[in-house]
Amino acid sequence: MNPNLTRRRFIKGVIASGAAATTTGMWYAANGQDRPAGYVERLIRINVNGQMRSVDVAPQETLASTLRYKLGLTGTKLGCNRGECGACTVLVDDIATYACSVLTHSMKNGRIETVEGLESPNGDLHPVQQGFVEQLSPQCGYCTPGQVMAAVALLRVNPNPTREEAQLGLSGNICRCGSYDSYLDGVMRAAEIG
Amino acid sequence: MAYMHIGKDFVPPDVPGKVTGRIKYAEDYTREGMVYARLLTSPIPHGRVLDIDASEALAMDGVYGILTADDVYPDGEPQSTGLKILTNEPTLVGEPILAVAAVDEKTAETAIASIAVTFERLPHVIDPLESLEEGGPDAYNGGNTFVFRQGFVQEKWTADQVASFRAGNEPSAEPPTELAYGDLDASFAEAAFVYENTFTTAGYPHMSMEPRSAMAYWEDGKLYLHGGSQSLTAFADGIAGIIGVAKEDLVFVNVATGGGFGQRARAGSVPVYGVPAKLSQKINRPVMMRVTREEEFTIGGARQGFQGWIKLGFKQDGTMSAADLWIVSDNGGKGGGGDAFSATNAVSIVYQAEAVRLRGVSIGSNTAHRGAQRGPGENQIAAIVSPILDKAADELGIDRLEIRKINTPQNGDVGGIQRQPFTSAYMPEALEQTAQLFDWEGRQSRRRQRNGSKVTGLGIGQGYHNAGRSGMDGIVMMGADGRLKIHNGVGNLGTYSYASTSRAAAEVLKMPWESCDIVTGRTDLHLPITSPQDGSNSIFTNTRTFWGAAQDMLAKMKEIAANELGGSPDDYDVSNERIHQIADESVGYSFAEVAQRAMELGGKYTGEAELPEDLAEWTQIAVSRLAGSGFMGVYHDPAHSGNPPGFTVTALEIELDTETGKIDIKDIVSVGECGTVMHPQGLKNQLVGGVVWGVGLSVLERHLYDPQNGLPASTGYWQSKVPTYLDTPLKIETGWVDLPDPENPVGARGIGEPTQGSVSAALNAAISDALGGHIFNAAPVTTDMIINHLAGTSEQATPLAQNNFRG
Repeated sequence: MNPNLTRRRFIKGVIASGAAATTTGMWYAANGQDRPAGYVERLIRINVNGQMRSVDVAPQETLASTLRYKLGLTGTKLGCNRGECGACTVLVDDIATYACSVLTHSMKNGRIETVEGLESPNGDLHPVQQGFVEQLSPQCGYCTPGQVMAAVALLRVNPNPTREEAQLGLSGNICRCGSYDSYLDGVMRAAEIG
Repeated sequence: MAYMHIGKDFVPPDVPGKVTGRIKYAEDYTREGMVYARLLTSPIPHGRVLDIDASEALAMDGVYGILTADDVYPDGEPQSTGLKILTNEPTLVGEPILAVAAVDEKTAETAIASIAVTFERLPHVIDPLESLEEGGPDAYNGGNTFVFRQGFVQEKWTADQVASFRAGNEPSAEPPTELAYGDLDASFAEAAFVYENTFTTAGYPHMSMEPRSAMAYWEDGKLYLHGGSQSLTAFADGIAGIIGVAKEDLVFVNVATGGGFGQRARAGSVPVYGVPAKLSQKINRPVMMRVTREEEFTIGGARQGFQGWIKLGFKQDGTMSAADLWIVSDNGGKGGGGDAFSATNAVSIVYQAEAVRLRGVSIGSNTAHRGAQRGPGENQIAAIVSPILDKAADELGIDRLEIRKINTPQNGDVGGIQRQPFTSAYMPEALEQTAQLFDWEGRQSRRRQRNGSKVTGLGIGQGYHNAGRSGMDGIVMMGADGRLKIHNGVGNLGTYSYASTSRAAAEVLKMPWESCDIVTGRTDLHLPITSPQDGSNSIFTNTRTFWGAAQDMLAKMKEIAANELGGSPDDYDVSNERIHQIADESVGYSFAEVAQRAMELGGKYTGEAELPEDLAEWTQIAVSRLAGSGFMGVYHDPAHSGNPPGFTVTALEIELDTETGKIDIKDIVSVGECGTVMHPQGLKNQLVGGVVWGVGLSVLERHLYDPQNGLPASTGYWQSKVPTYLDTPLKIETGWVDLPDPENPVGARGIGEPTQGSVSAALNAAISDALGGHIFNAAPVTTDMIINHLAGTSEQATPLAQNNFRG
């Protein structure tokens, strides 16, 4: 038997027998908004949806936080804020990227595209958006902007994917509603629309 | 019947907003002067707060205030199970103790780090059977179970009784709950094949993609609350009571909701919205409470796990003669859930057993809050029963599709403990359609064929959930523009049923969809009460109310036209947005004209007189605020009779890799039986979503707790393993029976939940098939269990363990 476990069980037994325990702070890890004391925001310029945007950014601020809370681009969603779900997927230099898992300061030379930047100036939907509408791909819709951006990234490098390739291309994006089949139908339709 | 809208695809109005990112979820809102709340949550699984010292925190710059359970419940916390807004008596790790509002989240968290909370630790328990054993710890203060009108009580078995159950035997303890019909002993005596064994099903979290963030502010005495929910008016109705604000003083804003799956249908599952509501009242500022993924796990609830014993008897002809179940349901840290009853009902309904008994008890554990999760009870038990049905078929020499046909529910049958008749039931048609689409017969030769390390398995399964309610209210309005405004309190969960049920109103008035507006998204748009959007009920329930409200408007149109243009109301009909005489269509009014005339007449035509009796309080508020503002159709739906079922059948073929335990679904067909189809794309989405959830239940999803410290070990998506693209079939074939139900004006019933059950039934059956008939008596059946079985190693370190890796 592990002696440490035995000792911890003993301690737990002592505490359970009536002694009080004191705790401070949260049990949970801090979220992406958390910043250590003494941080300094710096004004930087980043290219978002074809426009140069000036924004004050903390050293450890994630791109998702900057987009949502400083630039008002709330189409980028935070589902987990730890690189598991893909709801925050944006494109950086055409590559699908989890915006919760990159620092905004590292984006100074990058070309960032979010779901808000896909429509044409006259309001026409991007083929991926149109395909998703026609196939009723979204259910609750929370993961949809991430699915859209992952699909756009795929079709830029592979305009006519097989269904298997589309499945692999979007596999970094979770849909808890389970609408995967309808998203794949949407991607295949988008490839047809071109 | 030829419909204008029913059964046709359309683009629900919220879809463009979802693909462009423009639609707003609760956390996307902002308000001038908004500050941020963070939660201090319990670090221990069971305890009592003795003291809170927040003096240092409150002295910090940028801190606006603190909210504790004492603020929320000045007369003491409710002494019952169930989530509270905040608590001094935590019964699970992560339960909110207090909240701090500050200028930003950093400041709020720094303030929280300086707050000293002194807890008295209390014994905790992770496995309900450990609590059941004499001398075992109790999850709650005052017992390990909660009895209605009695309070907390202790339910205890002897150590021998627990050991015997863990060893695979029928529990010998006296059950607090026993429900039965039929002569069980006589029915088992008639059986040619009897199977009995213990089984487990795992608890696992809902894991909605949108964490339950919320924002609140007060203005002119009204509370504006932005949050996510499955329902809209039903949820608002409940959360008003929890927060303690008058219904007429609450504006609940909920345009879109990032997933629910049962956990956001009713306000009692999301009392944490009371934190920003009460904090903003206290500090007089808008408060945003962003919730993290970890927090969503602990306050977001979980499916009830089962530790059970099942005995099924089959006659020589394959008829299920008797079903006997003993279920210990895991009530988690905050109680909740009636899954064992629903499970037993489902066995009775789907297999039409001649005698059925449920004995059970719900026992708390210091783990996640339990409550409804997609097909609660029905879907867990589907995965357990189906492989047993196959074993019976094999033993009795009956084809496995055939034994399901022999036992199928059909029109005229009754089902469930209460022996309730179906409104209609076309399960035989669904079985036949699935078999044909899947080529069940043709594939039989592939069963148990080996290809290297891979072996093929076939499975077929059935799912059920009750799928309809009644007794709700409907409102439709028309202004001088002649557009039909359908006031809709259903809520936007992602099923699009809020939109598809609205089309029943358009159907009545033969109104082009382009001339209709769905009024929804916030309660100050004056919306009628609906049933909570859970239990697969929306399609059935709300087509009844919208149909009724539009019929009321149609009758009023005919009355006005007859009074003013001559003839009787029966001489009139509608087409092309006009009310006109049937004999001479030139005699009539446009909808714009008749609405204008209705507004001039007032009284009952504008909701100012002769309202239906029994309108709910929430609807009365809405009607009183709309009264006089336009032409109104209003309706209170009477109760229907019978059980409207939602049925599905799934057939699938898998390859099971005997080296890795991995399962690959090669082909799958799911067929829905839900009356008239309202919206084919929406129905297809419910079927494919159910397939993904079925994969999760059958082979992936379970949450884990450290038994020593009660810490959750699976707060993220990868740890409790939600199915991804790569865990689910590349293409899912779907179909539907599409026969009308007589208790619904358009023949429709719901379908949201049963697909998961039929997929789990089919998948667990296919796994057993691939493994030569071995039954795991468990859900999920994970890769490690399969590998252990193939290696001849015991799968369970502690038999019947719960909230852990099977021990």
